[in-house]
Amino acid sequence: MTTPDEPEQEQPATPLVPAYVITNGRSLLDDDTLSLITLVTTAQDAPAVQHLDPEKRRLLELCSGGHLSVAEIAGHTQFPVGVVKILLSDLTQGGYLVTRAPIPAAKLVDRNILEQVLHGLQARFG
Amino acid sequence: MAFKPDSDESVYLRESVQTAAKILVVGHFAVGKTTFIGTMSEIPPLRTEEVMTRAGEGIDDLKGTTGKTTTTVAMDFGRLTLSEELVLYLFGTPGQQRFVQVWEDISRGALGALVLVDPERLDESFPVMDLVEHYGIPYTIAVNRFGDRPDHADEEIREALDLLPETPLVSCDARDQRSSANALITLVRYLQSRLN
Repeated sequence: MTTPDEPEQEQPATPLVPAYVITNGRSLLDDDTLSLITLVTTAQDAPAVQHLDPEKRRLLELCSGGHLSVAEIAGHTQFPVGVVKILLSDLTQGGYLVTRAPIPAAKLVDRNILEQVLHGLQARFG
Repeated sequence: MAFKPDSDESVYLRESVQTAAKILVVGHFAVGKTTFIGTMSEIPPLRTEEVMTRAGEGIDDLKGTTGKTTTTVAMDFGRLTLSEELVLYLFGTPGQQRFVQVWEDISRGALGALVLVDPERLDESFPVMDLVEHYGIPYTIAVNRFGDRPDHADEEIREALDLLPETPLVSCDARDQRSSANALITLVRYLQSRLN
């Protein structure tokens, strides 16, 4: 089967606003603070947003509805993942957002998680 | 730009969800990854883009100004809430070697990978299998079969792909939810068996 919508074709990156403008020139994060599946939402007692960049305000608006993963936030906003991570990291440090960290690497092979995944799949599709 | 999705209820995770897990759905171009993720996801599949800068491959370019190319790599992914507190994300990951930078990020923290293969194009699966093995991600082979094609015997495929005896091989139809779920279940059982 051909699935012509598969997104693997490479395209020249020609964004309207260069990523380094949105991120105020900061380079991409190297650390592990935010992964693609870190869950993010707005903080209960977040500071005022008036002085924030429009991009950050839009991210906050998206996050205000509930929890989403970093990947989903990138998908909805259509910002590159690296840019979203920088903006979310800033917003988390600024007290605007709170995160639920993904499973620590040491726990990845945790029987409980695999069991939950298995039971969930069987319950829904078995 | 309208950043806020229209139908809020199904867009956001349940409040009770505490833990996110990740399984990769990998394979060569047009093998059916997007179809598989669309079949299994509870949300319309989303696409993320990552901008990559690659060093030029020619050694004759000493100025260093034209030796870099910037490309955008897109990945589709979907979501499955599996219990009150656990959500599973399925990431469709391109299998070409030139995407290793994306693999660094996407493979980190993955429980395992489902490698979709097309029995008619087995040789195209080698680069992605190399990547999965390079990153030490345990995997299961899912042969994406369609009714209108002659079947290849599992043994033939195992041999062609040079699989270890313990690597599971399962048939699936990426368009069918039960069949696709069964492939994921086979992978998770294999991951469990590795703990024993």
